[in-house]
Amino acid sequence: MTRYILRRLFAMPFLVLGIVTLAFLLTTLTKGDPLTAIVSERQMNDPTVIAAAKARWGLDRSLPERYVIYVGNLVTGDMGTSFITRRAVAQDILFRLPATMELVIAAMIIGSTIGIALGVLAAYFRNTATDHFARLFALFGSSVPVFWLGLALLFVFSVKFGILPGPGRMDARLPLPDEITGFLTIDALLAGDLRVFIDALWHLILPAFVLGWSVAGTISRLVRANMLEVLGREFILTARAKGAGEMRVVLRHALRNTLVPTLTVIGYSFAYLLTGAILTETIFSWPGMGSYAVSAARGLDFPAIIGVTIVGGVVFLITNLITDIAYVIANPRVKLG
Amino acid sequence: MNHTETGVPLFEVKDLRVSFGRSETQLEAVRGISLTVNNGEVLGIVGESGSGKSIGMLAALGLQPETATVSGSVRFKGKELVGLSRRELRKLRGSRVAMIFQDPLSSLNPVMTIGAQITEALQLHNDQLSNKAALERAEELLKLVAIPQPDRRLSQYPHEFSGGMRQRVMIAMAVANDPDLLIADEPTTALDVTVQAQIMEVLADLQERLNLGLILITHDLGVLAGHADRVAVVYAGQIVEQASIDDLFAAPSHPYTRGLIASIPDMTADRERLFSIEGMPPALGRLPVGCAFHPRCPMCQEVCRTTAPLFRGNQKHEAACHFAELAEGGR
Ligand SMILES: Nc1ncnc2c1ncn2[C@@H]1O[C@H](COP(=O)(O)OP(=O)(O)OP(=O)(O)O)[C@@H](O)[C@H]1O
Ligand SMILES: [Mg+2]
Repeated sequence: MTRYILRRLFAMPFLVLGIVTLAFLLTTLTKGDPLTAIVSERQMNDPTVIAAAKARWGLDRSLPERYVIYVGNLVTGDMGTSFITRRAVAQDILFRLPATMELVIAAMIIGSTIGIALGVLAAYFRNTATDHFARLFALFGSSVPVFWLGLALLFVFSVKFGILPGPGRMDARLPLPDEITGFLTIDALLAGDLRVFIDALWHLILPAFVLGWSVAGTISRLVRANMLEVLGREFILTARAKGAGEMRVVLRHALRNTLVPTLTVIGYSFAYLLTGAILTETIFSWPGMGSYAVSAARGLDFPAIIGVTIVGGVVFLITNLITDIAYVIANPRVKLG
Repeated sequence: MNHTETGVPLFEVKDLRVSFGRSETQLEAVRGISLTVNNGEVLGIVGESGSGKSIGMLAALGLQPETATVSGSVRFKGKELVGLSRRELRKLRGSRVAMIFQDPLSSLNPVMTIGAQITEALQLHNDQLSNKAALERAEELLKLVAIPQPDRRLSQYPHEFSGGMRQRVMIAMAVANDPDLLIADEPTTALDVTVQAQIMEVLADLQERLNLGLILITHDLGVLAGHADRVAVVYAGQIVEQASIDDLFAAPSHPYTRGLIASIPDMTADRERLFSIEGMPPALGRLPVGCAFHPRCPMCQEVCRTTAPLFRGNQKHEAACHFAELAEGGR
C-alpha cells in the first residue's frame, strides 16, 4: 500500500513535466500573436517598440530556449508575468485557486450527497414516484447547460424572491477575514467571524448547487444501478436472514458494496467540475481560476494560459491519485505491491 | 422446552402458497405445502430445480421478494409467522430461526470481515454484548465449525476463504444465537464432492450437539441418506410424497420419488449409471391438467390426465398418486 503510493508519488514530477510541455507547445500552436496583447495597436508599426517588447517578454528567443528557461523558472515557483495584469502569474493563481477549489469542493459535496441519496432511494423504491423523480432530476441536471441553470436560479432565488444573495463570494461591505486557507468559509470560521462565515456560505450555495447538480445526476444514476445489482445479491438475503433491519441492509450492506464505483465516479467527476467551474464562475462573478482563465484566453495572455493549464492539470493529477488510493482502501480485494 | 410433549410442533407449515405477479396473471410457485418439523428433527426437502423449495422456505420466514404474495399458515412454536409484523419477524430471524443459502461464494458480504459479519449476527440480537465479547464468541463459533486459526481468520474477508470454508462461516453465523430451527437451502450444491461431505458432517454434528430442528433442502436425494429423519418430496410447488427416510427408500410410492432414487449417482458401481427422469418440470403457469407429473410419468393412466390425485396413506407415509398403495403396505 505505502509502496504503491510512493510509486505513484514518484511518477508525479514526470507527469507534471508532461503537462508543462504540452501546455507550452499548445500555446505556440495557436495562430494568435501575443504581441497584440502587449503592444497597443498604434505602436504595432513601430519597429523599435516591437523589438523592445519582444526582448522584454523573451519573444525574440527560439522555442527550445524559451521552454528551457520556462521550466527552469517553474522549478523555483516562477510562472512568468501576466501580459495583462502585469503581476506574477504564480501570484495571480495562488490568489484565485482557493476560490475555485472552495466552489468545486462545495459542488462536489453537494453533488455527491444528493447523488448518493437519490440513487439509494431510487433503487430501493424502484419504479415508484421517488424513482421517477430521481430520474427526472438527473436528466435535468445533465441536459440543462450550466449557464442557463445558473442564470435561471439566480433570477428565481436572488432577483425574484431575494432568498439568496446575488453573484460574488461575499458581501463587499463585510470585512475580509485574514487569509489562511483561502477558503472564505473556513477563514471566517478561523477568524471567529460568524457573520462572514454565514454570508460566505450563503453566497456559495447557489453556484455550488448549480455546478453540483450535473454530477449529482450522473452519480445518482450510477448509484442506482449499482444498488439494484447489489440488492439482488445473496448476501443481502443473508443480512435479512440474520435479522438486520432494512436501514442496516441498505446502508451497511448494500451501499458499502457500491462504494468503489461511486468513489471512482466522484473522483473523476472532479475534472468535469473544474471545467464546469469556468462557466459557473463567469455567471456568478466568482473570482476564481475559471474567470481568470477566460480573460487570459481572450487576451492571448500566454504566461497566464500556460500557468492555468499547468495548475489545472496538477489538481487533476492529485485528485486522481486520491481517487485511486480511496479505491484501494474501499476495496479489500485489490492488493497492490 | 420440548414442544412435542406439549403437542405444539417446533415448526408447522399448513397450505403455504406463494405466487408472483398481479391477480389475473398470477403464477403460483408454491401450491399448498404442508409440513412439520419437531424439535431436534431433520426434515429433508427434495425436488428438482424450480420446484419452489427455496421460495417456499423464504416465504415461511417472510423473506420472499416484494413481488410475491404469500398465503397459508406458518407456525413457529405455535406463533403464526404469516402476516407477522416486520419487527417481530426480525427478532425471530437469526436468533430462533436461522437460514443458510446455496452459494457460499455470494452469501457473505464481500466488503466486511468475517469477524464483523459474525459479530453483527450476535449483536443484532443482543445489544448488551460488547465488541470484545462478541469477537470472543465469534472465535468460538469458528472453532465450532472446525475452521483452523480462528483468531486470524476473523479479520479476513470472504475472498480469502475457500467455498467450503465460507459455508462453514455461514453455518457458524447461523448458529451464533443458538437457534431452534435451521433452514439450510442446498448447503452443499455449489461445492466439490469431497467438501460436500465435510460440510454435511459439520451440519450433522452441530444439529446433534445443539439439538437443532433442521430443514435440509436439496435436489439430490443421496445427500439426505444418513442425515434426514424424514423427507418431503416436492414437485411443481407441491409435496408429492412424505415419509421417514427409511420408508421412502424402502418403499417409494410416487413414481417421481422412484425416479429421484434411481437418479442418485451411484458411487460404488464402476459404471456411471446416471438415470434421469425424462422430460422437464412444468414451467410456472403451464401446469398440466390432472396430476402435475403425468406428462413425465412412466405409469400414466387416463385418470392421471384428468384428475389431480389426493394424498393417500397415513401420517407416517403419504403420497399424492392415484396408484400409490400405501395402506396396503406399499409396493
Ligand atoms: N422473484 C421471482 N419472480 C418470479 N418468479 C420467481 C421469483 N423467484 C422464483 N421464481 C419462480 O419460482 C419457482 C421456484 O423457484 P425456487 O427458487 O423456489 O426453486 P428451487 O426449488 O429452490 O430451485 P433450485 O433447486 O434451482 O434452487 C421457479 O419457477 C422460479 O422461476
Ligand atoms: Mg433454491
